[in-house]
Amino acid sequence: MTALSGLDIEALSLWRGERMLFCDLALSVGAGEALKLEGPNGSGKTSLLRAIAGFLEPRAGTIRVRTNNGEQFAGGEERAEFVGWLGHQDGAKSQLTPLEALSFYARYYGSTACVEEVLQLVGLSRLGDLPAQYLSAGQKRRLALARLSLSARPLWLLDEPLASLDASGKALVAELVAQHCKDGGLAVIATHEPLGFEGPRLTLGNGQT
Amino acid sequence: MNAFFALLIRDIRLATRAGGSAMLAVVFFAAVAALVPLGVGADLKLLGRIAGGVLWVAAVLAALLSLDRIFQSDFEDGSLDLVVLGPLPLEAVVLAKMCAHWLTTGLPLTVLSPVLALLFNLPAGGYDALIASLALGTPAISAIGAIGAGLTLTVRRGGLILPLLILPLISPAVIFGAGAILASLDGLANGAFPLLGAFSFVAVLLSPFAAAAAVRLNLQG
Repeated sequence: MTALSGLDIEALSLWRGERMLFCDLALSVGAGEALKLEGPNGSGKTSLLRAIAGFLEPRAGTIRVRTNNGEQFAGGEERAEFVGWLGHQDGAKSQLTPLEALSFYARYYGSTACVEEVLQLVGLSRLGDLPAQYLSAGQKRRLALARLSLSARPLWLLDEPLASLDASGKALVAELVAQHCKDGGLAVIATHEPLGFEGPRLTLGNGQT
Repeated sequence: MNAFFALLIRDIRLATRAGGSAMLAVVFFAAVAALVPLGVGADLKLLGRIAGGVLWVAAVLAALLSLDRIFQSDFEDGSLDLVVLGPLPLEAVVLAKMCAHWLTTGLPLTVLSPVLALLFNLPAGGYDALIASLALGTPAISAIGAIGAGLTLTVRRGGLILPLLILPLISPAVIFGAGAILASLDGLANGAFPLLGAFSFVAVLLSPFAAAAAVRLNLQG
């Protein structure tokens, strides 16, 4: 993966329809940091993540990623190739088995990671051949985590990663994020729950709008 | 290139699995084509004349059935986000999905069409033109359909307005395709094939850009 040295957001304003979510937001995440996004429902956490990923065009402001060799990318589709995405939907296809789904993503993202090992890591190795329609919500979440970790992208954007996971699943998220940061990755995590590790946090909503 | 084929193969796999659209399209095509002689009656001469037109209309309707799923099923379960974040430009993603749609609907329909033409007593001179016109024209259905699927991506029950959007755009393919079969039955000079080919070519060439723009717009929402 191309390592990133930072993510910088300046004077960002996001709107949903006619409603302003926030304006003049500034934040900066450096390599090895995991920023926790907090805020009440509807404060714009998911929209901010979607804007960073390049799905949403901000009304004003810049979102920029810096690579280690000094390049900067501010365009939405240029940023997209650095993003590892875990949305609130898992993207699991009910007809495909976890092995098939992960093999597809490994090939699609050009990853060299071993699919069986990643499945083992998230605790799904016994379910590799079961079509995803038989997986529980938590197991689908684990499958999404497996996909995230094999995508080998430097900037992780996680939207409620702990949803429907059990205690060991939550520990797994903390462990994956910690390992990702140790390897020089960045993460922005929107969640209402304690993540199990300390780090910078940003609260959206109160007084920002 | 690797990513392109990975996506293509995944979409073909999804379409051919249980609950996929490939089998549905083929069965629907056969059902419509089998129903028409029952309605029209056993006038073999008449059936032979209308075979080309009926099969073309049935093929368009069968392909329409699965068109709205090109992007929508991926959009609903969040996979579209993941695919968009991948290394392929969105235009190439659209092209891969279009190809997968054609390989799982247009191609099997083309292969099946001569069998159904037997039901219609299509004269021997019409088979080559039937197969050639469907092979040449069905890519345009997948291509133009992809634009409609992109536009109706966030519309609830988008499959319902999709036909309204794209049937007028597809009608040249039906006119030229069915016309080519009739012309070859009558032994006339066949100007419909070049026109059908040109229509299909332009549709396949331009629609990845149009459909990608439509998907981009809808992902904003």
